[in-house]
Amino acid sequence: MISVKDVDLIFETNDGPVQALSNVSLEIEEGDFVSLIGPSGCGKTTLLRTIAALEKPTSGNLMVNGLSPEDARKNRAYGYVFQAAGLYPWRNIYRNVSLPLEIMGYKKHEITRIVEKVLKLVDLTGFEKKFPWQLSGGMQQRASIARALSFDANILLMDEPFGALDEIVRDHLNEQLLKLWKTTNKTICFVTHSISEAVYLSTKIVVMSPRPGRITDIIKNTLPSDRPLEIRDSKEFLSVSQRVREGLRSGHSYE
Amino acid sequence: MINYFKNRFLPILSIVIIIFAIWYIFTIYLNSSIQIDTYERQKIDWEFSDLVKDTMSQKKPLLPAPHQIVSEMYKTIFMIKITSKKSLIFHSYITLSSTLLGFAFGTILGIILAISIVENKAMDASLMPWIIASQTIPILAIAPMIIIILNAFGLSGLLPKALISTYLSFFPIAVGMVKGLRSPEISYLDLMYTYNSSRLNVFWKLRLPSSVPYLFASMKVAIAISLVGAIVGELPTGAVAGLGARLLTGSYFGLTIQIWSALVMAAILAGTLIFILNFISRMTLKSMGGQE
Repeated sequence: MISVKDVDLIFETNDGPVQALSNVSLEIEEGDFVSLIGPSGCGKTTLLRTIAALEKPTSGNLMVNGLSPEDARKNRAYGYVFQAAGLYPWRNIYRNVSLPLEIMGYKKHEITRIVEKVLKLVDLTGFEKKFPWQLSGGMQQRASIARALSFDANILLMDEPFGALDEIVRDHLNEQLLKLWKTTNKTICFVTHSISEAVYLSTKIVVMSPRPGRITDIIKNTLPSDRPLEIRDSKEFLSVSQRVREGLRSGHSYE
Repeated sequence: MINYFKNRFLPILSIVIIIFAIWYIFTIYLNSSIQIDTYERQKIDWEFSDLVKDTMSQKKPLLPAPHQIVSEMYKTIFMIKITSKKSLIFHSYITLSSTLLGFAFGTILGIILAISIVENKAMDASLMPWIIASQTIPILAIAPMIIIILNAFGLSGLLPKALISTYLSFFPIAVGMVKGLRSPEISYLDLMYTYNSSRLNVFWKLRLPSSVPYLFASMKVAIAISLVGAIVGELPTGAVAGLGARLLTGSYFGLTIQIWSALVMAAILAGTLIFILNFISRMTLKSMGGQE
C-alpha cells in the first residue's frame, strides 16, 4: 500500500544542510495501523509529510497506492489529520467537515448524507451548528478526523493528533480510533511520541531516532486485535512496550 | 444597565465635561484681547463678569464657545429648509454622497489591487512601491489638479470629488487586504494542498474568509479619510456646495462659528459612518463564528 525505499531527505537551511531522513525503508500493508514513534527531531513527522507529498525526498523511492506521492495526492488517496485540529474558525462543524467534499465537487445531497455519517462515526452528531471554539480540544480533534474520513480515502495519515490533549481524553479517543479503524478498514499511519499509545493502537511500530532521522527498529505488535483499555496492564503489552523502549534507547546510545 | 453607565458612559461623560471646561476657558482667554480693545475704544467701564459674558457672544470670535456652535448648528439644521443653500443638512448630504461613492470605489479598487498582488508574482514585485508612492504626494497639492484635469474631460460635480476620496481610501484597503489574504496559517494551506484544491478554491474558501477581519479594520480607516478627501475635494471647486465649501466661505468672511459648526458636523458624520461600519463588522464576524 505504502512503500518507502532508501529515502533520504536533506533540508537546506541557513546553517547548512540538515539530514532529516536517512536511508529510510518501510512497507505498510493494506489495513495496517502503523505508528511512527521517536523523540522530537527524529523525522517522524517529516516521513509522514513525505508520504503525503507535502515534502519531497532528496533521493530514494516512495510509492503510495502504487503511485508516486504526488499522483496519490492528486487522486486524493489519503486524509491528513494535523497536530492542531486546524478547523477553519469561520466555518461551523458541519461546514468544516463538508469542506473537502465541496472542493472535490460532491453533490449537495451527497454532502449532507456523508457529513451526517462521518459525524456519527466520531460521535459528534448534534454539534453540526457549533463553531470550533465552542468545542473542547478532544471534540475539535474528532471533527478534524471526521473531515479526513469524509471523502473516503483509504489511507489516513495522522500527525500526533492527540499530542495536545490530556491523558483521560486521549485514552478515550484512542479507544474510539481503534474502533473506527476496525469499522472503516482504513490503512492508518500514526505519528506519536507516546509509547503506550503506539503499543495500544498499532499493528506495527516503527521506532525512529534523530540526527540523522532514521528507523532503528520495526516491531510487529503481537497483541490480539481485540483491545480493551485494560490490555495495557497485561504482561504482553508490557513486553512490547519494553521492546519499543529499548529501541528508543539504542537510538540514543551515542549520547 | 448600571454597570454600563459606570463603565462606559461615565468615563466618556467626564472627558466631555473636561474638554468643555477647557474650551470655555480658552474661549474667554483668546477672545478677551479683542473684547478689551472694544471696551477701550468705546470707553466702557467693564468688570470681569462682563468680559466673560461678552467673549462668549462675539459675532466673529477667534474661538467660538460650544453653545454658540450648538445654536448655529441648530439654526442651520432645523430652522432652514433642507433644500436651501444655507442648510447644513444640504451641505452634509453633498459631502456624504461623494464620501460614500469614493469609499465604495476605493474599497473595490483596494481589494482588486490586493488580490492581484497576492495572486500574481509580477504584480507583487512591481505594484507595492507605486501604491506607497501614491500616498506620499500631499492630497492638498494633487486635489486641484485632479479636479481641473477631470473637468477638461467634461467630468464635474460629484465624481471628481469622489475620486479624491478613492485616491486616499484605496490605500489602507489594499495594504490591509494584502495582509489579510496572506494571513492563513501554513497548516490551513497544507490542508488545502492535501485536498489537491484548485487555486480558486484556496482563494474563496481560505484566503478570502481569513481576510475579512482585516478588511473591516481597513474600512474603518478608509471611510474616515474618504470624508477628509471629499472635503478637500470641495475646496478647489470654488466653494459651490458641501462641508468643504462651508469651511471655505467661512474663512473668506471670517465666520468662525460657521467654520466650527461645519467641522463639528464633519466629525459627527465620520463618527456615525464608523459606528455603522462597526455594527456591520460585528454582525458579519459573528456570523463567521467570531467570539466577540
